[in-house]
Amino acid sequence: MKIRLENLTKRFPNRGKKARGEMTAVENLTFEIPDGTLVGLLGPSGCGKTTTLNMICGLEKPTSGQIFFGEEDVTALPPELRGVGMVFQNYALYPHLTVLQNILFPLENLKGEARPSREEMRRRALETAALVQIEELLDRRPKELSGGQQQRVAIARALVKMPRVLLLDEPLSNLDARLRLQTREEICKIQKKTGITTLFVTHDQEEAMSISDRIVVMKGGVLMQEGAPQQVYDDPASLFVSKFLGTPPINVFTGEVRQGKLLLDDQPVLDTPGVSDRAVWVGVRPEGFLPQADGPVQCALTRVEVLGRDVSIVCTHPASQNGAVRAIIRSEQEVDASAAQVRFALRPDKVFLFDRDSEVRIPVAGTGREAGQ
Amino acid sequence: MNQKKAWLYLLPSLVLLGAFLVYPLIDVFIYSLEEGFNFASQTYFGVGTYNYQYVLHDPYFLQALKNTFILVIITVPVSTGLALVISTGLSSIRPLRQLYQTVYFLPYVTNTLAVGLVFMVLFQKTEYTDGLVNLVLAWFGQGPVDFINGPYWAKMFVLCFYTVWVVMPFKILVLTSALASVNPDYYKAARVDGTSRLRTFTRITLPMIAPMLVYLVITGFIGAFKAYSDAVALFGTDLNAAGMNTIVGYVYDMLYGSSGGYPSYASAAAILLFVIVLTITCINLLVSRRQHWT
Repeated sequence: MKIRLENLTKRFPNRGKKARGEMTAVENLTFEIPDGTLVGLLGPSGCGKTTTLNMICGLEKPTSGQIFFGEEDVTALPPELRGVGMVFQNYALYPHLTVLQNILFPLENLKGEARPSREEMRRRALETAALVQIEELLDRRPKELSGGQQQRVAIARALVKMPRVLLLDEPLSNLDARLRLQTREEICKIQKKTGITTLFVTHDQEEAMSISDRIVVMKGGVLMQEGAPQQVYDDPASLFVSKFLGTPPINVFTGEVRQGKLLLDDQPVLDTPGVSDRAVWVGVRPEGFLPQADGPVQCALTRVEVLGRDVSIVCTHPASQNGAVRAIIRSEQEVDASAAQVRFALRPDKVFLFDRDSEVRIPVAGTGREAGQ
Repeated sequence: MNQKKAWLYLLPSLVLLGAFLVYPLIDVFIYSLEEGFNFASQTYFGVGTYNYQYVLHDPYFLQALKNTFILVIITVPVSTGLALVISTGLSSIRPLRQLYQTVYFLPYVTNTLAVGLVFMVLFQKTEYTDGLVNLVLAWFGQGPVDFINGPYWAKMFVLCFYTVWVVMPFKILVLTSALASVNPDYYKAARVDGTSRLRTFTRITLPMIAPMLVYLVITGFIGAFKAYSDAVALFGTDLNAAGMNTIVGYVYDMLYGSSGGYPSYASAAAILLFVIVLTITCINLLVSRRQHWT
């Protein structure tokens, strides 16, 4: 089921004593989730992603705008008529019911024609339990399960109604690091198996990048960029998006474009054809540095971290905005760890220019983004 | 070393509990078995179950037993049920919630005897006035009933009404906070699944606050079994004459009342009450043992 949001806006009345008025949680949000995809809704805390999810689910009414499932306008429908399954951040499993009873719960709510027989309910519950591999836990209570198992039960409970859309709110944030890796693959697998259109909210860019077919980046209630993870990573529309995606994070420098050349600390480092003279923010991905004896970027070497597959070079540069500069190079490339200086050339496709004021991407002819949004 | 320290820390409470709880309890038990105890000379004839036999054949005790059981069986379910209804209502309204909560809690901080007096004035029928309640009854064409000095059922009704009114605020307070502590995510999950309000209440809310309900029922039983001051506030100190005595009232009368001076009978009655309360509490706990998920 394709999901389409059109100019979705949500304002909350401000409950503060001092500042009356309204707080805008989501503003003019428009995007589309293609049928059968797994989409990560990504953004820092308080950016309105959970509000967006709640509106899609039907738990919150939008102030304005519309939500479409396929061609059907579901904006005014209550959650149970939308055909959504929701997994809450804390799973919200009913503690007094067993796993099986929890999974059966949504089916037992069905009335009239839609209500399956007892055996049919049980068959579907068992089928869903098998899908998320919790068959042997059916008689336990949520308290007796690990975090990962509870997560699976919550997913099973959301899926048992065969919803058109599956929504997950921060599905991995309550799990420890090892389980997180495992569970996110699990979610990906379940989504592929069922083919159900899935939207999940996360503040962890790695989580979103790793399993999503598409990601939607939000900030302050506003859509920043959407697209396939690799595409958004390779072609960020703004400084915020470029900083938000990628580990280690992108290196940001203050720079200047003069006569078609990018200057860092007054040293020309790269040709930037088609860019008028101006002050810019320069974002360089860690993998955008190439060690080169006569490279134009000169950094003072702090230390070299050997990671096996890669080597991470930590150094400083006068124009750097985030303290240390971190470059990741392949381990075959040799760097003298005892040297005081290290020189790099830059890969043009890994260097992004942003306007100093608006922080919007500046297109550079011949690399990546031809027309910045 | 640590063991000794622990005992040292426990000592004050152990001494106090021992002196004022355990010792009296044992003493009461001994008293109840001493036959023909003379208060003045502190002597007795022998040891046996005569005191119990006497108490169990005393019509006043049987009346008190009957009154207490009726009181317990009516007021505990009614007050708990009403409190549940009111606190559910309270937690579902937003405007003026604080005000309502205060209003419902007021009876808790008012004095039992003062409230009893007010109830008496409301219900009593005297030569000068029929009282407010009878005034209202007259509107519906019902004859005046003397609730304070009249028929047994009328007096029992007032006593139950009064008891429910007095114990409810605390139950409302406990249940409102229990309801507030239910994670709202459960309700959201229920909404997403299209759970009806009734089903949400019976399948989610009730089990969630069940531990608090069990607590209220158990303390309610114990409290109602120990009722005494309520009856005094409504019907005066001569409860036997009014036929409205309770077990605790009977114990008091045996000790200090106009027919008092019989600590052995009082002790036997007290032990009987203790056994009854213990039995009921054990049954309550056994019944509620099912909720092992908490």
